[in-house]
Amino acid sequence: MPEYPPWNADRAASIIEQYRHHEGAALPILHALMEAFGHVPEPAIPLIAEALNLTRAEVHGVASFYHDFRRDPPGRHVLRLCRAEACQAMGADCLHDAARDRLGIGWHETTADGAVTLEPVFCLGLCAVAPSGMLDGAPLGRLDPAALNATLDTALEGAR
Amino acid sequence: MTRVFVPRDAASLALGADAVAAGLAGTGAQVVRTGSRGMFWLEPMVEVETPAGRIAYGPVRAADVSGLIAAGLLAGGAHPLRLGRPEDIAFLAGQTRFTFARCGVVDPGSLDDYRAAGGLKGLARALEIGPAATVAEVTASGLRGRGGAGFPTGIKWKTAADATAPRKFIVANADEGDSGTFADRMLMEGDPFALIEGMAIAGLAVGATNGFVYTRSEYPHAIAAFERALTAARAGGLLGADVLGSGVTFDITQRVGGGAYICGEETSLLDSLEGRRGQVRAKPPLPAIKGLFGAPTVINNVITLASVPFILAEGAPAYQGVGYGRSRGTMPIQLAGNIRHGGLFEAGFGLSLGEIVEDLGGGTATGRPVRAVQVGGPLGAYFPPALFDTIFDYEAFAARDGLIGHGGVVVFDDSVDMARQARFAMEFCAVESCGKCTPCRIGSVRGMEVVDRILAGRDVDANLELLRDLCETMKFGSLCALGGFIPYPVMSALTHFPEDFHRPALAAA
Ligand SMILES: Cc1cc2nc3c(=O)[nH]c(=O)nc-3n(C[C@H](O)[C@H](O)[C@H](O)COP(=O)(O)O)c2cc1C
Ligand code: SF4
Ligand code: FES
Repeated sequence: MPEYPPWNADRAASIIEQYRHHEGAALPILHALMEAFGHVPEPAIPLIAEALNLTRAEVHGVASFYHDFRRDPPGRHVLRLCRAEACQAMGADCLHDAARDRLGIGWHETTADGAVTLEPVFCLGLCAVAPSGMLDGAPLGRLDPAALNATLDTALEGAR
Repeated sequence: MTRVFVPRDAASLALGADAVAAGLAGTGAQVVRTGSRGMFWLEPMVEVETPAGRIAYGPVRAADVSGLIAAGLLAGGAHPLRLGRPEDIAFLAGQTRFTFARCGVVDPGSLDDYRAAGGLKGLARALEIGPAATVAEVTASGLRGRGGAGFPTGIKWKTAADATAPRKFIVANADEGDSGTFADRMLMEGDPFALIEGMAIAGLAVGATNGFVYTRSEYPHAIAAFERALTAARAGGLLGADVLGSGVTFDITQRVGGGAYICGEETSLLDSLEGRRGQVRAKPPLPAIKGLFGAPTVINNVITLASVPFILAEGAPAYQGVGYGRSRGTMPIQLAGNIRHGGLFEAGFGLSLGEIVEDLGGGTATGRPVRAVQVGGPLGAYFPPALFDTIFDYEAFAARDGLIGHGGVVVFDDSVDMARQARFAMEFCAVESCGKCTPCRIGSVRGMEVVDRILAGRDVDANLELLRDLCETMKFGSLCALGGFIPYPVMSALTHFPEDFHRPALAAA
């Protein structure tokens, strides 16, 4: 599970430098910043704007258009649960109620101890093993509340 | 050393394939990671190479490995999980695997494997016959776009080929946002060279030297598998300045999406590739004339492009000879949701929906009666069993106010509440709208509110009337098919399952 470093302007600048000469560099840069910092830090916006010859508002417009680019750092673990139809057909709604109950948070929120961020996703391509999810990038299939709890227990124990 | 094959397909990983592979690695066998054959009720499915061909076992859990080894798995020995030759399993034996022939069989990182299994023949033939004959071959095959709209691929390629411009692009649409679909993902994880070969053929045919693959971020495993394949393709001379020694240049860059459904729409995808908000552009101009960075661009779905190598290698008649009506060739049908045999079934068009759900799919996973089937993703209609005679074909589905889209079939049992599904359709549209036009952006939010009132039993008849009006407005007033087709799931739910909308008023709190 990733531990993200604090904001570092030099690091951000070197990431931006790596991609700025590619045509249509905005998404690759935003993804690389997400990878490095777990979110797109606010102070990165003017750096991107300058590198790509855009206004800050334009860069904001791009970053905020896409669901992927978080404005705040996530918890130590990111749990994504699929809300789309094939998963609904296999009881996703009940699973999600159970997950929110257990974690005590809603979608897009992080537990108070910073352990888990819960994010909805519309389809992971795991629709034949529904309901599905992903914990820190590892795919999960045929989830039910018990299986999800066990997976979370293992992940959270590993963190201690 | 005996070779055993364990899928690294994301859905197989979701069922524990990595732990199975780790267990097998400790037994002295050589473990080869493959894609999936697409029978997810049998995953993780392990195959072992024996003198009599491959023998499959599944579903295998890590805890089964020692017992399987003791039973002689490495020699194809008997065990309750033994499935026999995979090709003889009815679900696979009944398929016509043109595009997915190698998926689940070969090592997706090995160009040698790909070549040995018949790969690169299509590109070699295209190089031999030249661009014009290549476009003609694709046109003659009858191939239509597998991304949803079913537009004839040969015509699109011809338009781009005829355009004169200093540069042109091939773009593979790997945004695969429709719920119930995973064919692009399986192919990119299981046989990525087929996509690379298809794109190279397209590049040759229209005179493009650069390609982009736009892959959704929800597919980290496909992204990684495709990157590995790109590296191998460059090292093996399939991509680069001298494609297969022909002197032709072609290379591919993969870009990752930002988690926006609308970026599967081609003009929005192109804007996203250009580094902008993924908003839909009005057409014309067609991307084939003025697309990526203003240059003529062929944008095709992954499966469309991956179907091309077969067409070139085996000839258009081999592909065209399969199918139904104006839907020629094969379609990877994806069986998903509440279904016993979830997976991918590649077949010629022409099966009935009932055959797909009941015979291939085996009915629901829960064992309860099927009540509704959504075909074609979140913009597709819900079908009741009464319409199971509908033929899987672009025109037959359109004639019943539905669409086959990218081939996803999502089954629901009798516990489904169709008014809630209608609400979800509106909610999905509201969350994913690109915001460019009012009927979609505002209409979807209004639609959610109206369905909420119906769910609460408030003025049901008046609100149903409102919902119908709203659907009409969205259908005819939206710029693209997100706002324009969301009425399909909503109206089909209302038409075929009216009883779910006539609810008693909730007691006031
Ligand atoms: C809202 C919306 C979403 C779409 N999503 C996808 C997608 O995820 N993948 C895809 O290949 N086509 C998608 N399409 C269709 C594309 O716009 C386009 O028709 C397709 O990429 C063309 O390739 P084809 O001719 O090979 O199908 C979508 C269309 C709309 C309106
Ligand atoms: S219908 Fe919706 S998604 Fe399509 S262009 Fe209009 S606002 Fe954008
Ligand atoms: S619908 Fe949930 S993974 Fe596709």
